[in-house]
Amino acid sequence: MDLLYDTLFNGLAIGSVLVLAALGLAVVFGLMGVINMAHGELMMLGAYTTFVVQNIFKAVLPEALFPVYILVAIPLAFAVSGLVGLLLEKTVIRRLYGRPLETLLATWGVSLILQQFVRSVSSAFAIGLLLAVVGGLLVPRLTPKQWWQQRWTPLLGTGSWIVSGLIGIVVASLLGGQRVLDQPWFSARNIDVTAPVWLRGSIDVGAVNMPAARLFIIALTVVALVAVGWFLQKSVWGMRIRAVTQNRPMSDCLGIPTEKVDALTFLIGSGLAGVAGVAVTLLGSVGPNLGGNYIVDCFMVVVLGGVGKLAGTVLAALGIGVLSYIVGSGSLLLVWPAMPAGLNELITFFATTSMAKVLVFAVIVVFLQIRPAGLFPQKGRMVEA
Amino acid sequence: MADLLSSRNLRRALPWVVIVVVALVLPAVLPPFRLNLLGRFLSLGIVALGIDLIWGYTGMLSLGQGIFFALGAYALGMYLQLSSLEPGQLPEFFSLYGVKSLPAFWQPFTSPLFTFFAIWVIPALVAGVLGYLVFRNRIKGVYFSILTQAALLVFFNFFNGQQKLINGTNGLKTDTARLFGLLVGSDAMQRHLFWLTVVLVIAAWFLCRWLTRGRFGDALVAIRDDEPRLRFTGYNPTAYKTVVFAVAGALAGISGALYTVQSGIVSPQYMAVPFSIEMVIWVAVGGRGTLIGAVLGAVLINYAKSLVSEQLPETWLFIQGGLFLLVVTALPDGLVGWWRQGGPGRLIAMVGVPPKAATYPSLDLDPEVQAEHSDIDTTPRGGAS
Amino acid sequence: MRKTSLRLLGGATALATSLSLVACGGGDKASGDFDGEVKVGILHSRSGTMAISENTVAEAELMAIDEINAKGGVKIDGKKLKIVPVEEDGASDWPTFAEKAKKLIDQDQVSVVFGGWTSASRKAMLPVFEAKDHFLFYPIQYEGQECSKNIFYSGAAPNQQAEPAVDWLLKNKGKDFFLVGSDYVYPRTANTIMKEQLKASGGKVVGEDYLPLGNTEVAPIIAKIKQALPNGGVIVNTLNGDSNVAFFKQMKAAGITPANGYSIMSFSIAEEEIAAIGPEYLEGTYAAWNYFQSLDTPASKKFTADFKAKYGDKRVTNDPAEAAYMMVYLWAAAAEKANSVDDNKVREALVGVSFDAPEGKVTVQPNHHVEKLVLIGEVQKDGMFKILENKGFVKPVAWNQYVPETKGYTCDWTQNRPDAGKYKM
Repeated sequence: MDLLYDTLFNGLAIGSVLVLAALGLAVVFGLMGVINMAHGELMMLGAYTTFVVQNIFKAVLPEALFPVYILVAIPLAFAVSGLVGLLLEKTVIRRLYGRPLETLLATWGVSLILQQFVRSVSSAFAIGLLLAVVGGLLVPRLTPKQWWQQRWTPLLGTGSWIVSGLIGIVVASLLGGQRVLDQPWFSARNIDVTAPVWLRGSIDVGAVNMPAARLFIIALTVVALVAVGWFLQKSVWGMRIRAVTQNRPMSDCLGIPTEKVDALTFLIGSGLAGVAGVAVTLLGSVGPNLGGNYIVDCFMVVVLGGVGKLAGTVLAALGIGVLSYIVGSGSLLLVWPAMPAGLNELITFFATTSMAKVLVFAVIVVFLQIRPAGLFPQKGRMVEA
Repeated sequence: MADLLSSRNLRRALPWVVIVVVALVLPAVLPPFRLNLLGRFLSLGIVALGIDLIWGYTGMLSLGQGIFFALGAYALGMYLQLSSLEPGQLPEFFSLYGVKSLPAFWQPFTSPLFTFFAIWVIPALVAGVLGYLVFRNRIKGVYFSILTQAALLVFFNFFNGQQKLINGTNGLKTDTARLFGLLVGSDAMQRHLFWLTVVLVIAAWFLCRWLTRGRFGDALVAIRDDEPRLRFTGYNPTAYKTVVFAVAGALAGISGALYTVQSGIVSPQYMAVPFSIEMVIWVAVGGRGTLIGAVLGAVLINYAKSLVSEQLPETWLFIQGGLFLLVVTALPDGLVGWWRQGGPGRLIAMVGVPPKAATYPSLDLDPEVQAEHSDIDTTPRGGAS
Repeated sequence: MRKTSLRLLGGATALATSLSLVACGGGDKASGDFDGEVKVGILHSRSGTMAISENTVAEAELMAIDEINAKGGVKIDGKKLKIVPVEEDGASDWPTFAEKAKKLIDQDQVSVVFGGWTSASRKAMLPVFEAKDHFLFYPIQYEGQECSKNIFYSGAAPNQQAEPAVDWLLKNKGKDFFLVGSDYVYPRTANTIMKEQLKASGGKVVGEDYLPLGNTEVAPIIAKIKQALPNGGVIVNTLNGDSNVAFFKQMKAAGITPANGYSIMSFSIAEEEIAAIGPEYLEGTYAAWNYFQSLDTPASKKFTADFKAKYGDKRVTNDPAEAAYMMVYLWAAAAEKANSVDDNKVREALVGVSFDAPEGKVTVQPNHHVEKLVLIGEVQKDGMFKILENKGFVKPVAWNQYVPETKGYTCDWTQNRPDAGKYKM
């Protein structure tokens, strides 16, 4: 019995991380059919926000306040990742609606840039970047209007960006000579995010040992789910989002500002990634590669859960969590020690974390043979449904 | 004489000139290291051709071509491990993990004939089965991309974790093996392999051209542009998709095998997630839906990567990320597509040389008219999604 | 036309922005009178997952090169040669290591290559160096079971790190061992050796598990540890990189800590990793290395002070950096002894060369390894190690004597025999 509770708790613990990480992805995918490959990097930004908040608390505020830094980091991470997501939507994804595969590639490109950005960013670098962007934006304002109605206008536009980019590079490398300015803010190294003391211990309930960090993540997941659920079901904008999810052209006809809905959804989805980023700092390492560790698992959750229903996401994530725990820890051997030798060997073969992944994927592919559209398929009469 | 130099003849002759230069002149001119690089990048052109088939023509974006690439590579790698051994001997790494006898699935790879077929039949079979299971359920678009990526990760984990079966992360080395009495790593052998690669790239190109012309090719394009309509006309898209996916798998296998003998090692890194996505970007940059673009993209990008990472390693990710964005936002048809649609002419037109007028000159130069003109001109892109 | 142009413009914007993200590092030209140059290759991952660790090693090598140049470079035939490093990026990708090694040898014609971190990268480069009969200097502790004529190993062999650590654990901490490692060659091979060693010396392996590189979900492993060692015991950790953070954070949360009777010994955690994981998670765990920053000798203090002066006050030194630093000096010394920078002559001269390294005076042995100081330390609150035991200098053994397949074999490159790399004693 203890084993059952233990399995359930640990499965829930693994699953809740997946829920939190995949939630934003599922919301965006459901609405826009866009898979955001940079979702993992938005999580990473959330984790780096946590790092910055932690350092500010350490350096500036009285020590008594330190334990609550993580609570402050959550809304901030939401804001940072959400704003970056919004920027991404406004600049890139907007141009690519209706071309989901191109979006996939573009967001992958963004994820590469974000990864390298946190590795390389230093004060000199940031100043150079700022100069380049400001220069590129200002040239059209400062030059005669008629220049911008010529045949060679596109060359001028491109050229001005190239020139301002070069200026940025030159400035950055000049400033880079200064030791102070050249220091990378984060560098390629992993950074140290330390959980406050109250999240480092564990609580024993019966024979089950529950780490506080896991409980915190489960609670955070529940809060996030309730908040998203409430927002989608009860608020005006939530209703609009649902309307667009169900039928975009019709919603457009009825006067719902679909562009704003898209931007808002993307902001929320990205913000949720930031929150997930805060949560994973309690469990694992924080570094530029953080996103890659979670992203494929998130995709699996979305594929398994189907589009459009939060319940699908939750159920899929928990299912994957419990399954990978059972397989990975080899618990089956404990329940049934006397199983036939062949089966025993098979289970032992898969009872490592690497091989559990292999098996979980196989199960998902088999499951999709029975329910191709996931656990909760969206009902509709479209040919494509 | 004028006739000979007319643009039409020139265009006809150009590919052959390029082939002759690549096959005969370059081996004499380039130092062995650069020649070897070129050979490897050309062999990557073959996997790019396969991606072009399934993505450029059929509209299925596979992020898992690394699986088939690595399977072909491993098939040849295993043969080379065994070929240079005395009978009864085991490859060296087995003894490190305490394996006493050759695992059963290694046995057939003692035969060169079996290996010759294994290199392309095994990847084709795996692709066929995987494709059939997915296409049968009409899983497509982004779902298909994600599933292929997950499959890739599964294969990666499996090969990475199985030290005892396949030497895990270390991979298999080929440089010190012998093929036809020559050391694989020797300069002479590498030159032969380079020529073999050139021949096979041309052969693969002809195969793809043959496939994409005629009824089969039309069906593929129809799947890309409107799959339900094709189905309603009585075709079975599943069969077409499965076949073309298997062909792409076979091409990937051949490409992997050639790449391996020219780089001296096959390792699970060939199945890393980023590598497979990079393959897609080669095709995108070269120009999807244009076969020559796939090969060109593979060679160009890899050469650029190799040069950049020699000079400024940290910046490669920025450039690569920028390329992803550039190619989906500005050059949806890649370099070759841009060239064919008169891109250079338009660029020249911008600096003042008027383009050849197709209509009344003044109209032709009027930006307003041009905008409409280009709308009509660029045939509606079959939203390859 | 306008439409396409706009798209072009947008794309160019993207490219320009990404280009502008490129910040160049300025190179400073060292002045001095040299009579010539000698090129050496430096091949580490400057990008990707391993960049975190390998940057430090590359920096230590560059520091050694700068120091040698400042003293007049390498002296051959009475000429002063300036060492010119050619840096290449292995990009955390093993085939790339092989490719770049080829490039350094063929294109740049370097005299020697300093490089590699993971065993997989070394194994990928090995055939290149053997096929071209060139010379690689490799600075990381590794799993042994290899002895190449074309590689010089300045890191620890298992009998200079893992084996003494296991002995120490058996003597002081307990007999029940749980082995955790990343899923790749070093942990797998090291654990094979340790299992044989434990069998021979009365310990017991109660479980082992492997985590894919970069994986951060360790709940199943913790469950296995709890089942296997309910009341405490010894855990030997050969996890690499990111996984360590997840491992220690979640172990602490689950109560598997030194306070609860678990002795945790890590082989891949040095000062730098402690800083990234957070000392509060590691305090009280053990590590075995050949050098600690806290080693209290003048040479060690000078090394750390120089490193900090060059790369910043917050930086720490560690064992891999020390091994990398020392091997550059050993190469220079061997070249001066051989009176040539030709790799074959250097190889002949290398055996027997000594250097006063930060860990003490090290001497190159006939099996292309180095006699090294063996230290066992405990992590302190400040992220440094307290040295618990100093086992003195230990001679390297390449072919492991616990593993039945290699028992009785040895390696001696001063012998003139075709199988000098592996022959029966």
